[in-house]
Amino acid sequence: MLELIDIEYKVKGKTILNKINLKIDTNKVLVITGHNGSGKSTLLKIIMGIIKPTSGKILLDGKDITKLKINERADLGLTFTFQTPITFKGITVFDLLLMANKKYPTYIDMKEALGGVGLCAREYIDREVDSSLSGGELKRIELATALIKKGKYLMLDEPEAGIDLWSFDSLVNTIKNIKSKNNLSMIIVSHQQKILDIADDILVLDGGNIKYYDKKRKVLKKIKPSGGCKECKMNY
Amino acid sequence: MQNELLEKISDYKIDNNVAHNIRENGESISRVETENIKIETKKDKPGINIYIKENTKEEYVHIPVIITKTNYKETVYNDFYVGKNADVTIVAGCGIHNDCETESAHNGIHTFHIEKGANVKYIEKHYADGLYDNNKFINTDTIINLDNNSSMIMETAQISGIDKAIRKTNTILKDDSTLKIKETLMSDNKEEIETNFDIKMEGKNSNADVSSKSVSRKDSKQTFKSNVEGNNKCFAHVSCDAIVMENSKVTSIPAIIANSKEAEISHEAVIGKIATDQITKLMSLGLTESEAEEKILEGFLK
Ligand SMILES: Nc1ncnc2c1ncn2[C@@H]1O[C@H](COP(=O)(O)OP(=O)(O)OP(=O)(O)O)[C@@H](O)[C@H]1O
Ligand SMILES: [Mg+2]
Repeated sequence: MLELIDIEYKVKGKTILNKINLKIDTNKVLVITGHNGSGKSTLLKIIMGIIKPTSGKILLDGKDITKLKINERADLGLTFTFQTPITFKGITVFDLLLMANKKYPTYIDMKEALGGVGLCAREYIDREVDSSLSGGELKRIELATALIKKGKYLMLDEPEAGIDLWSFDSLVNTIKNIKSKNNLSMIIVSHQQKILDIADDILVLDGGNIKYYDKKRKVLKKIKPSGGCKECKMNY
Repeated sequence: MQNELLEKISDYKIDNNVAHNIRENGESISRVETENIKIETKKDKPGINIYIKENTKEEYVHIPVIITKTNYKETVYNDFYVGKNADVTIVAGCGIHNDCETESAHNGIHTFHIEKGANVKYIEKHYADGLYDNNKFINTDTIINLDNNSSMIMETAQISGIDKAIRKTNTILKDDSTLKIKETLMSDNKEEIETNFDIKMEGKNSNADVSSKSVSRKDSKQTFKSNVEGNNKCFAHVSCDAIVMENSKVTSIPAIIANSKEAEISHEAVIGKIATDQITKLMSLGLTESEAEEKILEGFLK
């Protein structure tokens, strides 16, 4: 179980996250949604150790991990993908996938991870992870690093961002597959209905506060705008 | 020690089927010539003349220099005469091993006379190791004369351990000639590197692309200077990309001079620390901070 206790994050006196408390059981999918700037990415980064919270605690299976480094959390099974993929100079897709799993992944493993995000290994494995790749390609590679790393808690920050309409369904399938094949939990930041559909629980952030946090069915009822259209589902 | 040093400065194996001259502590310890490649010892000063016959195709010549003696300084003049339409790869480099406090120094003056239509690939690596600081020096002067329609690709690297290096590359390009330089520098501890490129674009449609990538660590210092002069219709680009770590310092001074309105010359210089989000990303895959740094630098210098 992953537990956040009174997580608070302030920058220059401004509260970005305000006393966040949540518990994520193993084998569950939590989808976090909310307006731009509501603190979703910050929350995932705090769990991963990329941002230090101003106060509060994070427990992983009862163990306090608040002070652990990013890589120590990674080793404990926390896996995170960035909303905006990181680019490098001279590091290829192969290099990155090799680094992502300490058990020396084989070409077959890499092919599977890339295939899971709709990329042909033969075509991409030697490409450099730099801006010569398109936005969507970079995003897929970012997701592939998580697929090959594996872990107990998979945190995906807007996995759909930059993925074209035609590939979106297969991405959703990949996410569903990971969930059904592995004994893991997922925390996904998303604005997409199809991803909300995979959720067990939904958390709605609003200005750094938890607005709703409950079973999917209950939250969906609350956030469906009365008389709103599909497009405006965020206007809760 | 000899073989270890040779391996540090060259990825190629040298055997008796390939033209070469291995210089160790001032002596030629192995030399092989081929039908197309002749090597003669200079009579007036230390060094060799290397003659590559015109129309030679896809041959190699290796001329590594190693110094394992301490309290030893040398200035070596090597001249390369590359005949018309020849196509050759020249592998040079210098390795110093010195465990004493006294100095070891190599000054290498390499002059290339590249005739019409010839293509040269020049690969050079410099390396030193030893127990003491401030006693291992390698300075190079590389003079490149590119005749009409010829080309030179130069890959030059200074890997580590050289306490002080002054590197100078002077090139004159004639009509339709092409120059491509890829320099890789790494300085650590208190090492100092100064690299200078002086490129004269004399010929019509001459083309030059100079890229210097460097990493400076600890208390080391690096200075990059380039001076590109366009005197004709030409195209030249110079880039200096440096990652600065710890207390090290990097200075980049690029100059471009266009004396012809048809000269198209540009330069870019990027100096900065390792991007934190790159480190963060690799740490999130399970690498420690220093492992992440190493991987990022390795990729950067590739
Ligand atoms: N270092 C900082 N300095 C100032 N403001 C910051 C800093 N870091 C985050 N913020 C602010 O915190 C808020 C939350 O940012 P965050 O990236 O978590 O939002 P988000 O919910 O992921 O938004 P989006 O949907 O656009 O991705 C934003 O208003 C952002 O500007
Ligand atoms: Mg975000």
